[in-house]
Amino acid sequence: MSQTVTLARCRPRRRSWPAWTALADALHAEWTKLRTVPGTGWILAALCVLTIGVGAGTDSATRCATGVGCTLDTTRVSLTGILAGQAVVAVLAVLVISGEYSTGMITATFTAMPRRPVVLAAKAIVLTALVLAASVVAVAGSLLAGRLLLATNGLTAAHGFAVVSLARGPTVRAAAGSVLYMALIGLLSLGVATIVRDSAAATGAVLAVLYVAPIAALFLGSNPVWQRRVERYSPVNAGLTIEDTTGLRHLPIGPWGGLAVLAIWAAAALVAAGLQLRLRDA
Amino acid sequence: MSATTISPYRSPQRAENDSFLRLVRAEWTKFRTLRGWVLAVVIAVVLTDVFGLLVVHPHSPCGSGCHLLVPTGPGGEAVNDSFYFVRRPLAGNGSITVRVTALTGKVSASGGGFFGPGQPQNGLSPGVVPWAKAGIIITQSTRQGSAYAAMMVTGGNGVRMQYDYTSDVPGLAGLVSAASPRWLRLVRSGNTITGYDSPDGSHWTEVGVARLAGLSGTVQAGLFAASPLKFTPNFITYSESGGSVSGSLATGVFDHVALAGSGAGGWTGQNIGASGAGYTGPQIGYRQAGGRFTVTGSGDIGPVVSGAANSSYDTVTIGDHLLGVFLGLVILVVIGAMFITVEYRRGLISTTLTASPKRGRMLAAKAVVIGLVTFAAGAAAAALAVIVGIYVSRSGGVYVLPVGWPTEARVILGTAAMLAVTSVLALSIGTILRRSVVTVATVVVGLVLPYILGASGVLPVGAAEWMLRVTPAAAFAIEQSVPQYHQVIGQYGPPDYFPLAPWAGFAVLCAYAVVGLGLAAYLLRRRDA
Repeated sequence: MSQTVTLARCRPRRRSWPAWTALADALHAEWTKLRTVPGTGWILAALCVLTIGVGAGTDSATRCATGVGCTLDTTRVSLTGILAGQAVVAVLAVLVISGEYSTGMITATFTAMPRRPVVLAAKAIVLTALVLAASVVAVAGSLLAGRLLLATNGLTAAHGFAVVSLARGPTVRAAAGSVLYMALIGLLSLGVATIVRDSAAATGAVLAVLYVAPIAALFLGSNPVWQRRVERYSPVNAGLTIEDTTGLRHLPIGPWGGLAVLAIWAAAALVAAGLQLRLRDA
Repeated sequence: MSATTISPYRSPQRAENDSFLRLVRAEWTKFRTLRGWVLAVVIAVVLTDVFGLLVVHPHSPCGSGCHLLVPTGPGGEAVNDSFYFVRRPLAGNGSITVRVTALTGKVSASGGGFFGPGQPQNGLSPGVVPWAKAGIIITQSTRQGSAYAAMMVTGGNGVRMQYDYTSDVPGLAGLVSAASPRWLRLVRSGNTITGYDSPDGSHWTEVGVARLAGLSGTVQAGLFAASPLKFTPNFITYSESGGSVSGSLATGVFDHVALAGSGAGGWTGQNIGASGAGYTGPQIGYRQAGGRFTVTGSGDIGPVVSGAANSSYDTVTIGDHLLGVFLGLVILVVIGAMFITVEYRRGLISTTLTASPKRGRMLAAKAVVIGLVTFAAGAAAAALAVIVGIYVSRSGGVYVLPVGWPTEARVILGTAAMLAVTSVLALSIGTILRRSVVTVATVVVGLVLPYILGASGVLPVGAAEWMLRVTPAAAFAIEQSVPQYHQVIGQYGPPDYFPLAPWAGFAVLCAYAVVGLGLAAYLLRRRDA
């Protein structure tokens, strides 16, 4: 007597899983992660405090002798704190990805969500949303501080300076552009940190990108060719031209062009990071 | 029945003495066996040099293969030595005495630039720059860079005795005029020259004594006039573009000219430095009518400072080649922070502290190891950057302001020490915070952001100087190689000049590191590992 045993083929059911559902799930997961980590709130608060604080300090120190060719961009002075705040954005971006590598969480993440570029996209979106929200507060606070403090130092309309005001077109552009600048710095940092992975090394790499180019521009006074290259094509120097509201004709690169340069750097870093994620082990 | 004594187990292992050297050795082993860290140090050295050399690649101001001939003074420093000289030889000892009754001047239109040879002098308006000079001088020869001593009236700084380009001694204050003339006297005795001034020609005051090693035999003595470039800062910050520079002339009126001592021949007028960058124009020269001399000259007798402020030379300092240090610094900060934070992350810290329960000594051993490693790496990187950088700049036709070897050694070793102390600071902040990301961000931003804010012209000079005095960024003062001179108006700002002296700036960073280490040791003892 023979008995036929039919073995059911053991195969995982392949659920059709459209990309947008994957992204929605990933977004939900990333938002939960970032929301429940205790540091996030502090970091966003630090972003606002540091940006407004450094800006206000600069405002209150700024004096301008009337007469001798003192041309000063009040909007740009008010937004000086962005130089400090961008470091906080970089720290947040590094923690979003490197934090997972240092705790080993990344293997769980990629097991649950095997489409790695989707994970990166979700992280980018959540990070951008947080940075945008905090930067709106930081930029608004900086401009308000500039409006109040610069006037007390005699940088008033009566002396030929533009009062910091959102009624001025270029100031609106500078304000909106600075918020975008912070978001793009976050994306650039996220890309670099994903490539580097280790949290300390990633922080160092991101900060080198953010701060070495502005210093190089200072050193290169004796080498105008390279100085101009740095001012036109480095992410920070080019990106910060979005803050300028006066003397636009003498800028090394136009405000929106400068922000586009930063956007290209950020996009390149994210694409490289996405490729790295696909090709490497977690 | 016999009693047996059971002795407790004793490890056959001999007890190690926990000497500090043994701890240092343990930490060194931890460092050395992590290939990534050793590699990172090597990368830091390479990047420091490559970035410094590639980016500070000089452009030749006058085509390839040309070299600027900048005169150097007796001390080896680069000098300006252009003036109009009415001279007579003086053999052996003697003296020269004059009365100055007027000092007037002319300034070219703002932004009119340097008086170049053959440049038109339209747009001259009356005006005396503060360091316009007219007076008497005894100099070894008419060669630029000769040893000299001079007594002079100035446009805004009273009577001065200056010698050998860098020394400046104040005499009578106030401006010269026909109503209040100034009497000046120089007395030569061997290679010693003594300067005197007097308001009336009978009551003389000694201003200074100059011992000039390069003065011997027959020297040239006479009257001179010079007027440096007028420099107007266009803003009250250290701005990249500096200020506007325009040329100027000075005219001195002399009488009661008395030259005592043996010499041959009469007065000869000569425009010193006219073949170089000096001004040659029809107004330069001298007139003699009776006992009255009117001498008009342009240029300066004094040290060259960095930047375009007082010279038409395109100069760089040896410190300019250290741009790459900022990149190396970031990498070494990362290593310094990880040296402790990785132990916390991996749990190695409990083993470390079990092996050496004296926690403060463990921290000290780590500081010694990371400090020595970064010092060695920094010294190698800085030495290469400076030595090769100077060579590249000079072969590209850029003039590197000359400094003596002690200054060069101080810049190189000081940069290495700055990197070492910075990594120790990172180690201590890492011990306090235990988190690598925040540690690296704090240290890098703490050092670099004040530097950018202080140097980029965002802040006015007062606030920028404060920033470069009290923050860790003060340490970059160690890269200064050429001194500031109060008698030369210039754009004294980073990266070539700092408000603090080199070692004082370095001490500020050390203070931060000491406080950080102390706090770290305290917290290490108080907290659980």
